[in-house]
Amino acid sequence: MAIIEARQLTKEFRKFKSRPGLAGAFRDLFTRRYETVRAVDAIDLTVEPGEVVGYIGPNGAGKSTTIKMLTGILVPTAGHLLVNGCVPHRERERFVRTIGVVFGQRSQLWWDIAVRESFRLLQRIYGVPDAEYRRRLDELAGVLELGDLLDVPVRKLSLGQRMRCELAAALLHGPSLLFLDEPTIGLDVVVKLRIRDFLREINARHGTTILLTTHDLADIEALCPRVVILDRGRILYDGALDAIRRDGQGLEEVVRAIYQGEAVGGGAGAGPGGRRVPELGGGRAAEGGSAVEPEGGRQYGAGGAG
Amino acid sequence: MAAYLEMMRIRFLAMLAYRVNYYSGVVIYVVYIGSYYFIWQAVYAGRAALGGLTAAQMTTYLAVAWMSRAFWFNNLDREISNEIRDGTVAVQFIRPYNYLVAKLAGALGEGLFRLAFFAAPGLAAAALVFPVRFPSDARLWVVFAAATLLAFAVNSLFNVIAGLVAFFTLNNTGILHTKRVLVDLFSGLFLPLGFYPAWAQDAPRWLPFQAISYLPSLVFTGALRGPELWRALAVQAFWIAVLAVAAAWLWRRAGRRLVVQGG
Ligand SMILES: Nc1ncnc2c1ncn2[C@@H]1O[C@H](COP(=O)(O)OP(=O)(O)OP(=O)(O)O)[C@@H](O)[C@H]1O
Ligand SMILES: [Mg+2]
Repeated sequence: MAIIEARQLTKEFRKFKSRPGLAGAFRDLFTRRYETVRAVDAIDLTVEPGEVVGYIGPNGAGKSTTIKMLTGILVPTAGHLLVNGCVPHRERERFVRTIGVVFGQRSQLWWDIAVRESFRLLQRIYGVPDAEYRRRLDELAGVLELGDLLDVPVRKLSLGQRMRCELAAALLHGPSLLFLDEPTIGLDVVVKLRIRDFLREINARHGTTILLTTHDLADIEALCPRVVILDRGRILYDGALDAIRRDGQGLEEVVRAIYQGEAVGGGAGAGPGGRRVPELGGGRAAEGGSAVEPEGGRQYGAGGAG
Repeated sequence: MAAYLEMMRIRFLAMLAYRVNYYSGVVIYVVYIGSYYFIWQAVYAGRAALGGLTAAQMTTYLAVAWMSRAFWFNNLDREISNEIRDGTVAVQFIRPYNYLVAKLAGALGEGLFRLAFFAAPGLAAAALVFPVRFPSDARLWVVFAAATLLAFAVNSLFNVIAGLVAFFTLNNTGILHTKRVLVDLFSGLFLPLGFYPAWAQDAPRWLPFQAISYLPSLVFTGALRGPELWRALAVQAFWIAVLAVAAAWLWRRAGRRLVVQGG
């Protein structure tokens, strides 16, 4: 059964439109004009357990809005949504126990207390038994190299250090599904590589399903066999990453062309996996459930060592 | 439940980092109490009792009212409306707890910190300088502790409501300021309600603000006796029930309208 199942998922925001000038401001007092923005426009999305999916698109495409609906933070305007067998916003407290979330732009650790205290607080909040908590913390601290950071208050951490702690915090309760909204934003190359390695590892070891947004296509190349490309709230492409690669062009160029409106899969060598397909092409099915190819891993691992 | 207790403990620990800032605060509060003390000395000018309090009870009232303020006071109103406004609340929504209860637990942790590091030493300091009379009846201490805890609940629920209303009316400063003035005016912090002219006494008696400062401080002075004590607690409990229902209702409506900003 799919771990994420969205049908015609839509989110509209009503924006207050102010009129220009003093007279306009006065009229605004009496009759407010609203403008409706469709941030997410009837998307269909299915993710199977164990997948690592890259969710990309230009600024304002609706990526964060989608993630907020999938995590139960925002109530969808329309459509059906089932994540981990729950309707997220309706059964919020039960549902959020089964997911982990990291927002690259926002900290979810407690500012004034040591990282270790934050973690212990999360343990209590999620009711993780002591033995299990210790085992997970050991594992996470090992892979993310948190050793010395655990006793430092969060406000004294650098961005990269904090982000590693955020990742650990999101996984302490052992969620089967992990949402990452720009987890590598503002990080240096070394930290990015470490985080990619880490995500690959938890996906391989625990089969954790990952949905991640990023503007760094190297993240996508390193991690995501499948990409979903979104623009202005609509899905432009959903399928295998390999299917949109073209000979002699970097991924960067291909994706830029797609953002600029070029038809997907038009280039040479594009397989049948392309186009926007709710049924989903062969690309994804072939890849489904497996972790990332080891070649990608070595390539980036070597980069990190150098 | 364990989660909320832990949030309380963590907030207490987080405040410990700032405890040095509080020592100067104790001095400021004692100076406050002192200036009121001298004004009241002049007002009493040898009279035995005013507004139902003797001059000695008045001194005690002042000291205990200001010091317990350190416990019940908090900025939940501003925290809540800010967190909703800037979208930080998103992070709270991915946690398996009730946001408002978690905020209240944190505020209680902060209150307990200020009780231990500010109010208790402060009251002792004030008692050294001014003739503050501590209750000799152990039962009075118990009732006072209960009344102070209830005062915390009344004020915090008030703040929760003000914070939510401020956000949804998009009028942050206006609402929060109004609330502040109402609490200062009608809670009995500056002037015991018994001192208001008769026509002005009725309104505050029907308002919830007296449950924040006036009632617990009266208990401490020993001015309330027997059934009056229980009535004070009952009035507080009544307002807690009313405010809790209102806060829960607002929050449910908020959930539907909430638009998490940013990101
Ligand atoms: N709270 C809100 N109120 C009104 N409009 C909003 C709100 N949040 C997002 N939007 C609008 O919805 C659209 C999608 O925003 P969203 O944050 O989902 O984009 P994004 O794909 O995450 O972009 P970025 O890559 O810049 O993070 C934008 O046009 C944005 O202006
Ligand atoms: Mg975004």
